[in-house]
Amino acid sequence: MVRPQATRKRPPAPKRDRGARPNRRRAPRKAREPRTGSGGIVTWLSRHAQSLVGSLGRLARHPLNTGMTMAVIGIALALPALLHLSVTNIRALSGQWRDSVELSVYLEHGRSEDEARSLAAALERRPDVMETQVVTADEALGQFRAASGFGPALDALEDNPLPHLVTVRPEENHTTADAVAALAAVAGDMAGVAEVRADTDWVRRLHGMLDVGRRLVMLAVIVLAVSILLIVGNTIRLDIQNRSQEIEVQKLVGASNGFIRRPFLYSGAWYGLGGGLLALGIVQAALWALSGPVARLAGLYGSDFRLAGLKPEDALLLVGGGAALGWLGSGIAAARNMRRIEPGRSE
Amino acid sequence: MIRFQQVSKRYPGSGDALSELTLEVDAGEMVFLTGHSGAGKSTLLKLIALIERPTRGQVLINNRNTSGVSRRAIPGFRRDLGIVFQDHKLLQDRTVFDNVGLPLVIAGLRRKEVGKRVRAALDQVGLLDKEGSMPLALSTGEQQRIGIARAVVAKPPLVIADEPTGNLDPDLSLEIMNLFCRFNEVGTTILIASHDLALIERLGRRRVELKDGRLAADSHGPSPGHA
Repeated sequence: MVRPQATRKRPPAPKRDRGARPNRRRAPRKAREPRTGSGGIVTWLSRHAQSLVGSLGRLARHPLNTGMTMAVIGIALALPALLHLSVTNIRALSGQWRDSVELSVYLEHGRSEDEARSLAAALERRPDVMETQVVTADEALGQFRAASGFGPALDALEDNPLPHLVTVRPEENHTTADAVAALAAVAGDMAGVAEVRADTDWVRRLHGMLDVGRRLVMLAVIVLAVSILLIVGNTIRLDIQNRSQEIEVQKLVGASNGFIRRPFLYSGAWYGLGGGLLALGIVQAALWALSGPVARLAGLYGSDFRLAGLKPEDALLLVGGGAALGWLGSGIAAARNMRRIEPGRSE
Repeated sequence: MIRFQQVSKRYPGSGDALSELTLEVDAGEMVFLTGHSGAGKSTLLKLIALIERPTRGQVLINNRNTSGVSRRAIPGFRRDLGIVFQDHKLLQDRTVFDNVGLPLVIAGLRRKEVGKRVRAALDQVGLLDKEGSMPLALSTGEQQRIGIARAVVAKPPLVIADEPTGNLDPDLSLEIMNLFCRFNEVGTTILIASHDLALIERLGRRRVELKDGRLAADSHGPSPGHA
């Protein structure tokens, strides 16, 4: 019977200042003190592991509430992720189109096919030109006849109304709108050239739209991150209220705020992690649903474009960001609400 | 162990719950605190547990002035204190083992050590076989014994109890008080607020009576011995 109290005989002096270090583990016995170094870390880790598993178990006991909270977070995270994917894919697509920027150099009427070929050769010698192609008036007419279905009407024409055409593909690093415009100016000054067309406006507009899109993704990330903080914060706040008695008892037996807060922080992180995984699932499902039709559509345009998915680091950011936001949200809620629960206040 | 020096406590909107109270309890003593409800018993205990702070005067616990204990230091301070409540304040969703072990887990003891000490404490209150039960499955008297086991498991030098037998019939009350006596015999200082005068009489320990927040009587009973 006396056994557990045998240690009472320790000197009282070291006990007096122990209160000043509330977070230090209390050495149960003098003889154990040299082991607090490594033992402290092991204990600390095992305490965290306990909270980690314990909080998960608590969430699992209320699957409906937990699932709904995670679903809301998941949808909130999926939205900016999908927006981000849209923007990246459109950018990739526009990159493909930019490669196909072409100048159309129309020769004056009456210029011969040879003149067209020498013009093409002159242009091709330039360093900013990758290749040229001559489309003679006859070829052009043939193509037009085949494509338009105006065959009989064209037959009524005495002369071929079409000029010879040289198409020019700029070198890959000369496809910016400015470089293309410069090249067009040079070609326009060459002898026998009637007109040069280089339609780069749509490329500029597309890039402008993509910039807007990227800004939208950023705004969506901020707005939805705040909403996740609020969602998790509110859930944890209710949780803290429901468990106020437990918190009070813990405080009465000497638990520090950190100790009491820990399981709530882990709950928040679990909510965020679950939401992040769900968001990843939503994104993958959307990609899966869209990839077929997109590939078919690309095929119709003669492109081998395929929808790009989330990169591994993006996926990690999504899930990790969710967990971090959950942790932060619960931390804010815990700091705000736990202080109000003090023993004696309720009486 | 406990020293009150001219302590007054005034709650906003009411009179003094304690006024100019001076009281000393030595280490190893077992003291009963009596008085009508509203006499200041609970307030006195709350001042010891730092649930409340005195309006005037000083409270020293274990030679330490409580006015020097900052908010952040309160948890560490409470770990050297065992508290028993009238309604035992057990966590209903945790087992008896987890309830009793809570102060040790908070103090950061290892699992093995926690298990050893929890079983020793449960053994002392005679409920070793209930460690896996939920508190609600136990009788009121058993729940109170679990509450006591939790208060003493970390071997605090001082245990305070607020009406620990308030909800119990006389036989169970005596059993609980005997339990406190046993812990006192091995050196724990014990302060119990109670209005069960007949029972206190029987135990023959020191009795401090409060009236309107003042010391009304202080009878030094026989020094610690068997009841």
